[in-house]
Amino acid sequence: MTPKQKQRFILVSLLVVGLSTGIGLVLMALNENINLFFTPSQVVAGEVPDNQRFRIGGMVTLDSVEKLDGELTVLFKLNDSVKEVQLKYAGILPDLFREGQGIVAEGKLNEEGVFIADQVLAKHDENYMPPEVEHALKVSGGDYHNNEAKE
Amino acid sequence: MSVKDKVWLWFHRMASPAYFYNLAGQLLPWSIVATTTLMLIGLIGGLVFAPADYQQGDGFRIIYVHVPSAWMSMFVYMVMAVNSAIFLIWHIKLSDIVARSSAVIGASFTFLALITGSIWGKPMWGTWWVWDARLTSELLLLFLYLGYIGLRSAIDDRRVAGKAGSILALVGAINIPIIHYSVVWWNTLHQSASVSKFDNPSIELNMLIPLLSMALAFKLFYLCILLINSRSELLEQEKRSQWVKELVTSS
Repeated sequence: MTPKQKQRFILVSLLVVGLSTGIGLVLMALNENINLFFTPSQVVAGEVPDNQRFRIGGMVTLDSVEKLDGELTVLFKLNDSVKEVQLKYAGILPDLFREGQGIVAEGKLNEEGVFIADQVLAKHDENYMPPEVEHALKVSGGDYHNNEAKE
Repeated sequence: MSVKDKVWLWFHRMASPAYFYNLAGQLLPWSIVATTTLMLIGLIGGLVFAPADYQQGDGFRIIYVHVPSAWMSMFVYMVMAVNSAIFLIWHIKLSDIVARSSAVIGASFTFLALITGSIWGKPMWGTWWVWDARLTSELLLLFLYLGYIGLRSAIDDRRVAGKAGSILALVGAINIPIIHYSVVWWNTLHQSASVSKFDNPSIELNMLIPLLSMALAFKLFYLCILLINSRSELLEQEKRSQWVKELVTSS
């Protein structure tokens, strides 16, 4: 490399390194705001904003889904395998909603600590397999995707 | 001749416009054939032979377009960024041409990834769009591509346009690792990686093989477009040079 090229090389490297550090620091500072949802543990520990809408994400607890008669209202619990939060939602659930499935709900906590959701989104996991394989895994008790949902 | 010299010789030869023009012309038919073959294998394998997913049913098949486009959106940007750095440091015109010829196709891949993801998201997640880290950073990538294209076409002087565009491409490259690791660093609605865990991909083999075939087909498709685009850009840029004059008079 000629001295001129070396100089430009250093300039370009400095640009990339400097910007990466800067952006990295900004992202670290904004970490909490970039997360899409709070976990049930964070909600129980009171780390969520008061009287504000936020999102909560976790697994639907097994055998916790309860449909109120004659209404669209559904009661269910979300857990992150440490803590659990009770949710209440009136509306149409997405296709992938089932017990053991990850979901993200948006809404507000009421005084009793029940999360009143006005939107429920299914969080699909990264596992793709044909139904026969899923069945075989379930029979053999394999914990491939933490999903023991009722069919 | 040492290996290092050979590499430098290859580097210099590749950087020669006339040599690259001819090489690209010879490569083009082969890459078109390979693209078509792999795309047929991937499409038939993915749409006909791959089994339906245990939860999503046939809806998962959009993965055969969505994932390759998303990979390409990042890959093309990296090609642009590396070539921009080479252009800035060594002033090799060909690198600038490669970067410039990649922008539109990269933007198209990004757009395709966003649209197919949105179409899949409505029935599976229950929403067309959510402002999570993965989706937002991918949208930012689309804006970076569009900004790059806009910036370049706003400047008439080719050299200035090349410099300005290269700096923008380099700055934007910081977004690429953010897109890739967004699902690891933050919690998002978007699922984490299924395929790039090489030890144990979370996707069945008969679903994975068509996906890899499509991914390779998309790469070669990009190569075809890149060869066509850069050949015409080269002719335009070198129109006063001897080899272009010879090319035109001889044909």
